[in-house]
Amino acid sequence: MRGGQVAARAPVIQFTNCRILRGGALLREDLWVRGGRILDPEKLFFEERRVADEQRDCGGCILAPGFIDVQINGGFGVDFSQASEDVGSGVALVARRILSHGVTSFCPTLVTSPLEVYHKVLPQIPVKSGGPHGAGVLGVHLEGPFISREKRGAHPEAHLRSFEADAFQDMLATYGGLDNVRIVTLAPELGHSHEVIRELTALGICVSLGHSVADLGTAEEAVQSGATFITHLFNAMLPFHHRDPGIVGLLTSDRLPAGRRIFYGMIADGIHTNPAALRIAHRAHPKGLVLVTDAVPALGLGNGRHTLGQQEVEVDGLTAYVAGTNTLSGSIAPMDTCVRHFLQATGCSVESALEAASLHPAQLLGLEKCKGTLDFGADADFVVLDDSLHVRATYISVGLCSALTTCLWWG
Amino acid sequence: MRLVILDNYDLASEWAAKYICNRIIQFRPGQDRYFTLGLPTGSTPLGCYKKLIEYHKNGDLSFKYVKTFNMDEYVGLPRNHPESYHSYMWNNFFKHIDIDPNNAHILDGNATDLQAECDAFEKKIKEAGGIDLFVGGIGPDGHIAFNEPGSSLVSRTRLKTLAMDTILANAKYFDGDLSKVPTMALTVGVGTVMDAREVMILITGAHKAFALYKAIEEGVNHMWTVSAFQQHPRTIFVCDEDATLELRVKTVKYFKGHQRD
Repeated sequence: MRGGQVAARAPVIQFTNCRILRGGALLREDLWVRGGRILDPEKLFFEERRVADEQRDCGGCILAPGFIDVQINGGFGVDFSQASEDVGSGVALVARRILSHGVTSFCPTLVTSPLEVYHKVLPQIPVKSGGPHGAGVLGVHLEGPFISREKRGAHPEAHLRSFEADAFQDMLATYGGLDNVRIVTLAPELGHSHEVIRELTALGICVSLGHSVADLGTAEEAVQSGATFITHLFNAMLPFHHRDPGIVGLLTSDRLPAGRRIFYGMIADGIHTNPAALRIAHRAHPKGLVLVTDAVPALGLGNGRHTLGQQEVEVDGLTAYVAGTNTLSGSIAPMDTCVRHFLQATGCSVESALEAASLHPAQLLGLEKCKGTLDFGADADFVVLDDSLHVRATYISVGLCSALTTCLWWG
Repeated sequence: MRLVILDNYDLASEWAAKYICNRIIQFRPGQDRYFTLGLPTGSTPLGCYKKLIEYHKNGDLSFKYVKTFNMDEYVGLPRNHPESYHSYMWNNFFKHIDIDPNNAHILDGNATDLQAECDAFEKKIKEAGGIDLFVGGIGPDGHIAFNEPGSSLVSRTRLKTLAMDTILANAKYFDGDLSKVPTMALTVGVGTVMDAREVMILITGAHKAFALYKAIEEGVNHMWTVSAFQQHPRTIFVCDEDATLELRVKTVKYFKGHQRD
């Protein structure tokens, strides 16, 4: 479908009057697209001797790579952790609705659930390319059940697990297989976790540390075994202590394998993390920051009661709690709101804020050649933003389908 | 010759751009009638290119029926290298205008048979009906294109080894590392440019003043190849005040007098 010959006949579209995020800077350049990929116009000019078939004026807007959300539990009433006969429809609904938030790729996330849920749901969420129908599914993020009891947060205690002796097999049996899985969040202090981390890493699955009481030493060993991500930094882990920084200390650890970068998710909804803490993390390790929504099914719905996993949550404005408690139960801030809040809270550059939602998650998943970037050859998934970073339009797989452009305007 | 002296770089660039623009418009190019333009690279013409782009964006100038022929290109540098003349022309000119890519001709410094590439270039110029206006610059050593001191004044498009002066001047574009600077280039010959119906040479900056003096106040000499244009029927030298610093006051006053009329 994306073969060279088909692409060469596809129309060339030139997006003009815009600033594009490329190489860490906002450049006053046109963006050229053909056959679902970003095109090198100089090569087109000198080698193929062609010009654009269509030009689109972007009204001076910013063009950024489509946002990538690696932690989203559902939305618009859909709960990915609910076993239903038609999980696919729910995923498709969320995939379509998050396009208006600028998200063009995501990892549907399952919280701690009983075996039956994993066995039923996982096979129904295959990896899928995005398009006008919705954002692309990069793979599932399994957050739990191998996490700390003490730091379970909103996860149901009844379904927490620790590893049995044959840990990896135990995990396989729990999930019913690892097809479609992209990220696993676990607590490294659990016995036998290292062999699991190594096996998952060998399979190309990203291991994330979270919902854990691990100290820094344990966390560092987990990274040495292959872990590359921290699930929602600061939340559901030991607080930073000056004699044992815990998992937070990974941001400035000098015991990470050479050349390895640790990434960390941040929920920048203005509620889960105090702006001062956000700034400390950002300043300590700006290149590892990955914006995530950790959105719950209540995203996009109004105030009231909704389900998350096996529990009930209460939504009040921008906050969602486990019903009847003070425990935060995920965020309902859309990704573009998180990007704006992150920009405002840290005072970072627009480029940094945009990279935190696009380039960094792509790098985390090893996809930076085709996602999270507007470099030549990358997938043509991008978002049109005004100067205050509100989403004006989302383009996904531009020029791949028979329609000349696949664009959704939000006005 | 005509010597047009403007107060500064920006005014010189604007004058040159307006001249080119007017020439194209007066020519009334069309489907069977293309205007052929010879083009330079380097820092001197950047201001002129910016102005031409401005005229195009204002809707005053179209390059739809213009054919261009660049003067030169490095040998052995990948086409998409940021310092290649292909990159220069794309970034500073072609990508901002409406020229047909089939009409933008630049020598290919990576051709398998370099002399054949040069011969083919001469042929393309001939087939296009010759050059209406060749715009060029001048090196500090008085060279035009890469016709280094000692080049034949009747030379044609060919492979040239670059002079040390040129390599040193170019080093700043290659991280100051002399080993990275190309040592050879394909270039139009002095004779090739002399064949153009009209020639405009842009010279700005005090560092070019001595070369300008040698080019127009001394004799025709293959050590200062721009001097060949003393024998061209229609050449304009466009310069700023700084570039006239080595000329006789008499020369400058004479040509400035023309401008007052």
